[in-house]
Amino acid sequence: MVAGLQVADAVVRYGPVTAVDRVSLEVAPGEVVALLGASGSGKSSLLRAVAGLEPLAAGAVRWDGEDLAGVPVHRRGFVVMFQDGQLFPHLSVAANVGYALDGRPRAERDARVADLLDLVGLPGYGPRPVTALSGGQAQRVALARSLAAEPRLLLLDEPLSALDRGLREHLGAVLDETLRATGIPTLYVTHDQDEAFAIADRVAVLSGGRLLQVAEPSVLWRHPAGREVASFLGYGPFLDPAQAASLGLPGADGVVGVGPDGLVADPAGTPCPVLEVRARRGGAEVTVALPDGQAARVRSRELPGHHEAPRQLAVRLDPDGCVVLADPVSV
Amino acid sequence: MTAALPVPRVRGPRAAGVGGHPWVWVAAAVLPVVFLAVFFAWPVATLVARGFIVDGRPSLAGVQDVLAAPRTWRIVGQTLGQAVAGSAVSVLLGLPGAYLLYRCRFPGRRALRALVSVPFVLPTVVVGVAFQSLLAPRGLLGFLGLQESFVAIVAALVFFNYSVVVRTVGALWARLDPRAEDAARSLGAGRLRVLATVTLPALAPAIASAAALVFLFCASAFGVVLVLGGSGYGTIETEIWYQTTQLLDLPAAAALSILQLVVVTASLMVAGATRARQERALRLSGNPVDAPLRRGDLPAAAVTAVVVAGLLLLPMGSLAWRSLVTADGIGFAHYVALGGRTGQLTVSAWQALLNSVVTAVAATAIAVVLGLLVSYVLSRRPSSPRGRRFLRGVDAVFMLPLGVSAVTVGFGFLITLNRPPLDLRSSWLLIPVAQAMVALPLVVRTLLPTLRAIDPRLHEAAASLGAAPARIVATIDLPFALRGLGLAVGFAFATSLGEFGATSFLARPDRPTLPVVIFQLIGRPGAENFGMALAASVVLAVLTALAMGLAEWIRPREVNPW
Repeated sequence: MVAGLQVADAVVRYGPVTAVDRVSLEVAPGEVVALLGASGSGKSSLLRAVAGLEPLAAGAVRWDGEDLAGVPVHRRGFVVMFQDGQLFPHLSVAANVGYALDGRPRAERDARVADLLDLVGLPGYGPRPVTALSGGQAQRVALARSLAAEPRLLLLDEPLSALDRGLREHLGAVLDETLRATGIPTLYVTHDQDEAFAIADRVAVLSGGRLLQVAEPSVLWRHPAGREVASFLGYGPFLDPAQAASLGLPGADGVVGVGPDGLVADPAGTPCPVLEVRARRGGAEVTVALPDGQAARVRSRELPGHHEAPRQLAVRLDPDGCVVLADPVSV
Repeated sequence: MTAALPVPRVRGPRAAGVGGHPWVWVAAAVLPVVFLAVFFAWPVATLVARGFIVDGRPSLAGVQDVLAAPRTWRIVGQTLGQAVAGSAVSVLLGLPGAYLLYRCRFPGRRALRALVSVPFVLPTVVVGVAFQSLLAPRGLLGFLGLQESFVAIVAALVFFNYSVVVRTVGALWARLDPRAEDAARSLGAGRLRVLATVTLPALAPAIASAAALVFLFCASAFGVVLVLGGSGYGTIETEIWYQTTQLLDLPAAAALSILQLVVVTASLMVAGATRARQERALRLSGNPVDAPLRRGDLPAAAVTAVVVAGLLLLPMGSLAWRSLVTADGIGFAHYVALGGRTGQLTVSAWQALLNSVVTAVAATAIAVVLGLLVSYVLSRRPSSPRGRRFLRGVDAVFMLPLGVSAVTVGFGFLITLNRPPLDLRSSWLLIPVAQAMVALPLVVRTLLPTLRAIDPRLHEAAASLGAAPARIVATIDLPFALRGLGLAVGFAFATSLGEFGATSFLARPDRPTLPVVIFQLIGRPGAENFGMALAASVVLAVLTALAMGLAEWIRPREVNPW
């Protein structure tokens, strides 16, 4: 028996379209697993299937070894938190948070609601109408409402995507602390690599409905299972071993993926023609043409003036910023 | 449907889901379906069958006789002619109104919207009497010589249906993204070209939907034609009534009912198709947009002012004014006379009013309970194509009474519910049931948008928080439905209060409703009788407007049934 959630060879179909294709995944007690993928990768469909909101065409969803086929959504004890909160617009903040506490004594319920609102940093918001909340507040209420149900598994469907950047980072931290504090196992769907790496114990990368790799963030980053995963994580361009050697990284026995910091400016390196210079906060990003013709970016601390872009830049690969993939050598 | 409902432990992919087991909503559909079968399908089917039986044997002779009669085709021609004219004029006048009332911002807009929506719910007999008071030789516009004319009937039909166009088109117009028009203008198009090439094409689904609906209402008009048309003009509806009650020729009436069914079904199909298109179009748009009145809005404002003053206010004003004109000058003599049993009336008008209110309350209760159940079922979103097809079918079936004329329903009741197994001839419930049948489509169209507006993920969120299907209905669906309930109750009550088509067949002489009494009064000679009809019409109109005003007042803004 496997403790916690076990998804085994799950298939979700919408008519002729296969959204999730034989995915197997586990979430252990206390673990946060991120489902990372571009839009259309099937990550939300998988989450909905786990919640019981979509039927499985094949495969199984199990909890502590028990098959959940036939267990309706409301008996699973898995709470879904949606991208836009989906607060009940006709209920107050307190009534939303207390929705899952129906049937408890009133005093106990009120106390629990107050505790949860404290936990998400909204003390005293109980009597307010949810329509008066900002996007970030609404998501925090949605989080409190989800926690009130004391779920055995939390399913977060892009909980931060509807928020702007500053709020996203702040609420991400709140979410992280809360998940650690409560120890509720969590499946966290996101398309944002930073978000997934920041919050998850393990990251599962989905593409085209297939599960490409599941690993701890650091392992995933250092050893992506293939070019598709590496590319999705932000590696690129991909060089054959000869090219890599010519740029100062000899001895690779596979394709070399260049990470965001994998190419550095070095006067002793290989001179390459500059294609473009773009100002960034605190520096510049220079695009150069590598000897094999591929474009690659180099980060530079120096902010160039508009008319003094250099025509050539000498670069080399930094081994710490590159990965060697086990893919067959074809670029 | 209780929280203790045993969870079906069905193995297999279709077991999970939020809405509970499909049987839950099949169960919710059973009561309305049975009701519709007994009180609509059965009477109408019996009526249709009656057309194919002559002297106790199956025969096409009765139908053939009717189809061969030149009178029939004159009536069909008049029905279609007035319906085409009525819907065309309604659309032409309604478009500027929709623009002004939904796209422009000015003080008093809310009041004007409310005023415009009153005629739609006014009792047909009252509107007939109001136009009669205006166009009769002694009326304000008597010099035009339009009494008992085609123009008079079309004017009254436009009076009714103007608000249908304004509301349907206005609701979409308010949500059209103005940036498409801005883009066209910045590309060098003038205002008229923008209107013709960008705005009107975008509004086309709403315009088509409104036109189809108005056509339907015009083609099944009864009371207003009966009052205004005199002997010269008629519709299939009035002809059915004439053949039944005056000539007692049931096969002919049945054959005409079949003709009416064909006309109505055709226009319902068009209306349904365009409504579906409109719902898709509406989904694409955002929040309502409006701008303060500008100089360029003058033409729309002028047209609307003329329509509101000349077409809507003038007949109502004339009705109210002439109800006060008595032989001895201005006074309330006609109203006082309503208390007596003058002429051949079996009860006083006040007693008839009481009958009307009691009947309408019962009809409203029936229509709203059924309407809630039907709307709940129709608002489900089954994931299987078969389920969706089934729901579309149910949707169409429950819209049928909208057009299958009230006269057909009343006539059908008369010939089916008068003997075992169901003998309701002597039951007072017969009329409320018939009225509820007529009001049901309006109730469903009012409640359904609020229920369909519920994001399905609200259900999913509630289910994942542990709410069983019954609790989801109680805590999510019901509060939403209640927001549309005020308007639904108002529509049902107003429709029942003024219902004349079916009631005219079913009302017993000792228990008439007020519209029936008004019709009896105008059929009698003498200024006194007409004066009383005017007074009674004012009373009925005020009561209807009050009920509707109350409903409008408590309705949420986003509900717009048409």
